[in-house]
Amino acid sequence: MITGIVFYGLAIVLLGLSFFKDRRKTLAALKKAGKSLVGILPQFLGIIVVVGILLAVLDPQTINRILGKSSGVLGVLLASVVGSITLIPGFIAFPTAALLLKGGAGYMQMGAFVSTLMMVGIVTLPAEIGFFNRRMALLRNSLAYGFSLLVALVIGLVMAL
Amino acid sequence: MQTNASKNILKRWWILLAAAILGLGLLLIDRGRGAKMIDVTLYSLKEMILVLPPIFIILGLLDVWVPREQMIRFMGEGSGAKGILLAIFLGSAAAGPLYGAFPVAQVLLKKGASLRNVVILLGAWSTTKIPMLMFELANLGARFTLARLVVDMVGIILIALLMERFMSEKDREEILAKAQAS
Repeated sequence: MITGIVFYGLAIVLLGLSFFKDRRKTLAALKKAGKSLVGILPQFLGIIVVVGILLAVLDPQTINRILGKSSGVLGVLLASVVGSITLIPGFIAFPTAALLLKGGAGYMQMGAFVSTLMMVGIVTLPAEIGFFNRRMALLRNSLAYGFSLLVALVIGLVMAL
Repeated sequence: MQTNASKNILKRWWILLAAAILGLGLLLIDRGRGAKMIDVTLYSLKEMILVLPPIFIILGLLDVWVPREQMIRFMGEGSGAKGILLAIFLGSAAAGPLYGAFPVAQVLLKKGASLRNVVILLGAWSTTKIPMLMFELANLGARFTLARLVVDMVGIILIALLMERFMSEKDREEILAKAQAS
């Protein structure tokens, strides 16, 4: 809610300044904003519904069953795969991770889970390809995936200290 | 012409259409999960309404007010550490899901920001957003959050440098042409 207020406030202040300086430019900016927003809306709405379905199917209990107490390399790989499919908003991701930790998952696995959740998105891949290109989207996601495994390793080591 | 237009409409709407059919299926098979799906979808929708329209207005203003030369100076090929820091700052101050960063990145590219800095922005947007960090801190503790943050900061820049190396001239041109046309 607060972020929304900050962003709308900022937009309104900037719009006011812009309008004060140049009406025509401001209208052009608004037109551009509206056009791009309407342009991406169907795709973003699709992503939102897909995420809704995935989260309903992959609830914490199910994720817990998948990851279980399987630790070690297999656990890290499973956690990273689950993290990569879904694009979970922070408000669900972090409590889920905390719950999984209580359920017996290791820190290394949670590092892989949280990092891939944030950086790797298969659901959003079509959108990413659309905005940039195939090579850039695939490269960014695979590099981020590989890197997340490193994050897992470091977190596992740091938490064991 | 007619078929072309309908093809375009289909191209834009197929994800939503497919998702809606799947969602309907889930609702029929499993009431409980169906209800949860609706809950999550409504939450995401709220999140989207809260951040996307103002982000697009700010982008529109940036597009008409910031001259290309200025963007190149701040975030272009020769912007060095200044460009990197600005990209990290913009990404961290952002809100909303990662896909909200795609149109932002596209406008920056159109205005002359370097591919490297744009990839850094995407990285920061995904991993170092400040509101999200607070939440992580509360749920997973300081040690976990700090360790992840430090490694990810290094990773964001590393990934950007690697991408810069792996992207061909042709890829860059294709991406830039797409941005210019947007």
